[in-house]
Amino acid sequence: MRKLIIATLVLLLPAVGFAAGGHVELEKADIDLNDQASLQRGAKYFVNYCMACHSLSHMRYSRMADDLGIDDKSLRENLLFGDAQPTDMMKNSMRPADGEVWFGTAVPDLTLVTRWRSPDWVYTYLKSYYADPSRPYGVNNVVFPLVGMPHVLGDLQGVQEAVVEEHEGHEPTIAGVKLAQPGALAPDEYDTMVRDITAFLTYAGEPSQMERRRMGIYVLLFLGLFFIVAFALKKEYWKDVH
Amino acid sequence: MSAEKSENLSWIDKRFPLTETWKAHLSEYYAPKNLNFWSFFGSLAILTLVIQIVSGLWLAMSYKPSAAEAFASVEYIMRDVEWGWLIRYIHSTGASAFFIVIYLHMFRALLWGSYRKPRELLWIIGVVIYLAMMATAFFGYLLPWGQMSFWGAQVIVNLFAAVPVVGDDLAVWVRGDYVISDTTLNRFFAFHFLLPFVLAALVFLHIVALHHVGSNNPDGVEIKAGPKGNRWSDKAPADGIPFHPYYTVKDLVGVVVFLAIFSAIVFYAPTMGGLFIEAPNFQPANPFQTPEHIAPVWYFTPYYAMLRAVPPMYGSQFPGVVVMFAAILILFALPWLDRSKVKSMRYKGPIFKVMTGLFAISFIVLAWLGLQPVDPLLTLLSQIFTAIYFAYFLLMPIYSSIDKTKPVPERVTS
Repeated sequence: MRKLIIATLVLLLPAVGFAAGGHVELEKADIDLNDQASLQRGAKYFVNYCMACHSLSHMRYSRMADDLGIDDKSLRENLLFGDAQPTDMMKNSMRPADGEVWFGTAVPDLTLVTRWRSPDWVYTYLKSYYADPSRPYGVNNVVFPLVGMPHVLGDLQGVQEAVVEEHEGHEPTIAGVKLAQPGALAPDEYDTMVRDITAFLTYAGEPSQMERRRMGIYVLLFLGLFFIVAFALKKEYWKDVH
Repeated sequence: MSAEKSENLSWIDKRFPLTETWKAHLSEYYAPKNLNFWSFFGSLAILTLVIQIVSGLWLAMSYKPSAAEAFASVEYIMRDVEWGWLIRYIHSTGASAFFIVIYLHMFRALLWGSYRKPRELLWIIGVVIYLAMMATAFFGYLLPWGQMSFWGAQVIVNLFAAVPVVGDDLAVWVRGDYVISDTTLNRFFAFHFLLPFVLAALVFLHIVALHHVGSNNPDGVEIKAGPKGNRWSDKAPADGIPFHPYYTVKDLVGVVVFLAIFSAIVFYAPTMGGLFIEAPNFQPANPFQTPEHIAPVWYFTPYYAMLRAVPPMYGSQFPGVVVMFAAILILFALPWLDRSKVKSMRYKGPIFKVMTGLFAISFIVLAWLGLQPVDPLLTLLSQIFTAIYFAYFLLMPIYSSIDKTKPVPERVTS
């Protein structure tokens, strides 16, 4: 039986290698959802830089404020624009049809983006823009080729260029990006900013996740104690069964 | 106090066989004393069914079965409903847990030969339960109205469209529309709500049949045919012990261990890395955008791999559909395929043991293959393992009769 299992695994190995290829290596986002300051900064960046186009249509302002420790005054002063009320969903007023005209595609809602992509994807994506004059907004993206979105954070990050890898007899491929012209932020400052945005979006994808992890340990501890009782009970009853 | 109680009880017993039922099915139902690890999964299956019905009922209180609102209502449950996230994760984890438990429960039946005479009907009712479960899971998976919900349902309903001549009409009949739409979602919700009660009724029949013939055990020895008389009764099988309290307290230990694993998943890995909740399902259904790679949830993927393993004939996927359904329906024939002189794997010969091992491996590998994107090498592997899956059943009349068996003891071993 063991031999069979090993033979099967060996047989399957090349297939696993196959499936892994053909994707851009994602950088680890390394976010910390217990870092409330990071989440607050992420919320601020999101509202200021992203929300003109991207909504979080399943996320309520007030819920965010509660979870991230933002008081009502700061919420109203810094994060609410126009007629928005704290109990509203974090939606902007852009019409979907406008997105298609301006960017060639409807602008996606980002409430769950870290759940159907991944936090690492969002983090890497925001760091992977490079200058490409052939594109309408002059930029392209390594993890999202032919992306419609302009590099909104470009002034902060600076201009990146693609690192092109030549292959004999094949099309050249893009191996990565390098900074060609510094922006307003130093590279590590930009990384922190992008990490904050990623952390905030990861929170927004599942606002109950911190509570979920906190609670789980008590449930498991209870079941651990229950196990001792149940096991002792079983032992006691089964003493006389031979 | 106790006199008063027994007076009340006798009042009830004259009108409803309460004490009689309690005795017949619990305190004086004699189960073999040698039941092992594998016997936990029967009671766990009932537990998971109850978990699904209760959590599902609470989800239905806030869920909206409409194409316009379904996706948002699930997020509403996850965010705005008190404990909604917990109820939803219990339900989504419960679906996978139910299948894990049932697959282990069925494998136990293979090990102990629990489908053999006199338990053929017990096994057949069990297979009907499995079919009803699969239907329930299929209907339920459309409800979150995510990309995988939509496209998964699209793929499965298109299987019906592959039936020659009447296929297209059949698919329209299932969907209630020419495409997966609001109408489809509504009827799937209706069926998803109804079927669990059908399941509960089938489970009742399953237990009636079980308690009529008696529980099997790891030795496959009939305790009813053995000597009579134990500590509790002169007429009871000597190797039997009352189900209550012995197996109720033992199953309680199994329940606690199961709940610990279940909770660990609910609280720390509710999507199970995309296996229990697939990542594309966090995008709302979009009929105009096919996901890169469509795969059903893991518990359907063995059959999905078989479907893809069969090449189309005359431009029709129908042969694959036939193979896929045959893989499930062949389970009904199992009691008559096994010609071995013994029931339990313990006393079966080497060929039967190897075949059962290969069968289990092929089921797991096919489940993995069904999750992978289409690839010529993987298709070849799917074909090989599909062949092994069917060989286990179709060759069973031959290898089970020529295989060397070991002598079966008179009484159960401990």
